[in-house]
Amino acid sequence: MGDFLLTIPWAVVLILLPLVGAIACFLWPKKVNQLGLITLGGVFLSVVGLGAWLLENGVYHHAVGGWNAPLGIQLYADGLSLVMLGITALVGVAVSVYATAYFDRSQSERFWPLWLFLLTALNALFLSADIFNLYVTLELLGLSAVALVALGGGKAALNGAMRYLLASLLGSLLFLFGVALLYHTYGSLDLAMLSEQVESTPTVWMALGLMSAGLLLKTALFPLHFWLPPAHASAFSPISALLSALVVKASFYLLLRLWLEIFWPISGSVAGLFGVLGVMAILWGSLQALRQTRVKMLVAYSTVAQIGYLFLAFPLAMGAGVTAWNAVIYLAISHALAKAAMFMAAGNLLRFGGHDRIADLDQLAQRLPLTIAAFALAGVSFIGLPPSGGFIGKWLLLEAALMQGRWDLAVVMVLGGILAAMYIFKVLGYAFTEASKPSKVKTVPVRMEWAALLLASGAILLGFLAPLILPLLAIGTPFDAFSGNEEIMP
Amino acid sequence: MSIAILYALVGIGLFCLGVYALMIHAHLLRKILALNIMGSGVFMVLLALAGRTEITPDPVPAAMVITGIVVAVSATALALALMLKINAITGRAELNDAEEK
Repeated sequence: MGDFLLTIPWAVVLILLPLVGAIACFLWPKKVNQLGLITLGGVFLSVVGLGAWLLENGVYHHAVGGWNAPLGIQLYADGLSLVMLGITALVGVAVSVYATAYFDRSQSERFWPLWLFLLTALNALFLSADIFNLYVTLELLGLSAVALVALGGGKAALNGAMRYLLASLLGSLLFLFGVALLYHTYGSLDLAMLSEQVESTPTVWMALGLMSAGLLLKTALFPLHFWLPPAHASAFSPISALLSALVVKASFYLLLRLWLEIFWPISGSVAGLFGVLGVMAILWGSLQALRQTRVKMLVAYSTVAQIGYLFLAFPLAMGAGVTAWNAVIYLAISHALAKAAMFMAAGNLLRFGGHDRIADLDQLAQRLPLTIAAFALAGVSFIGLPPSGGFIGKWLLLEAALMQGRWDLAVVMVLGGILAAMYIFKVLGYAFTEASKPSKVKTVPVRMEWAALLLASGAILLGFLAPLILPLLAIGTPFDAFSGNEEIMP
Repeated sequence: MSIAILYALVGIGLFCLGVYALMIHAHLLRKILALNIMGSGVFMVLLALAGRTEITPDPVPAAMVITGIVVAVSATALALALMLKINAITGRAELNDAEEK
């Protein structure tokens, strides 16, 4: 039985299953909740199956249709892909359970197919090893994400969706231009083949610039974050959770992959620029979050700030190698859990009081204790207090910074934590006190409260799981090319 | 200068023209058209590259362009639908930068 399970091509299942699920949702709109939950369960099990396979056999390769590179499309999974797939499945399951209670009949008929298409795109993106295929998944991801934002239907949601769509398409076209240049230079689209051949030529530099710019725009790194707060804050809460937790991470993952595989040997000097932008994102995003008067906008700006941390790894990785990359993956996955939990908690507040104005939160700590606990636990991870996952990530990153005497970056990390504490306590403070004008309240389904709380607890639990997750990341040694203090070409 | 280089340069020109138009125009239809022109620019570069070998043209870029066109058509359809919705609600096919409360 065990042997049989290892022969199933889990990576293919991971892409096909949500695709089939999405189409099934169109065919049987009455049964979307059940169909969706079954699909999510299947995806979760498939990730576990793929994980077992990877632990047994190392890196996973699959040539689609039996065609090998350079002509065919390769699926590829190593520890990094596995961890991203795992976090996607985990957040996906929680958001799906939340969504069954959040949406009414007609809304859920529209939500489920789009969400399952989004999941297809995410899984395909994490499994692709071909830069053109990556472009296609990036577009699929963008289109389904935009459609999800537009589900909100109001003026704010439509505006946010449109702005998101324009930014997203511009980003993909920049990426595609880079793909064209790389194909022109090396006659191959396969990441592994490209990584063997790449040299420092003007064409490659241009490709690096175009692809990085496109992906930075999609990842919403300061100053290209303008589209993120309106889109993420105006969407329905479970959708905001998916976008902030997963979609932004997908383009970051892609950027990381490209740098690790292709651009690393030639791009030492650009990494410094990423670091500067990261610092500015942390400070600007946190200050903007502090200024917000609505919970969802605050949480959206907090995403802008947290993305900044991810980019601090690029300058640090030159000296600290694996430590910095481990740190950044840890930060990314704990942010995914905590941010999804926080948006769900914000959704609960909205459902309960009919608004998310911070100053009018009325004694919610007593009336919605589970939701406020979820918000606070997620906040603990953002602030970087032990024992949360955010703490481990920041600790590793600080270690990498101090190892190289980058005191400036260390100071920014600590300052970012303090600012995060300020904006989290701004919300919590109002949640404990009585508001001047009480508003009518509605009950919040228990499922929605527990989904948020469990995910937030997951973000804390990640802090204890480091001995399990760090070895997983090492499968296929995606970060091996420059571990330690290898000489970096200028 | 070979034909391939000429095509590639025209493609780059179209791409830049599209970026400029995307930034400068407020009307959403113009923005959507600008994105389409950018896309066409990239496709021209790709096709020009297919002809860079003397004997037989390389089929892979053509396959990429076909896929790209499919993506561009669906993206345009979504963008147009969103534009119509925005027009129906606000009366103007423009992004609304005022307070989105």
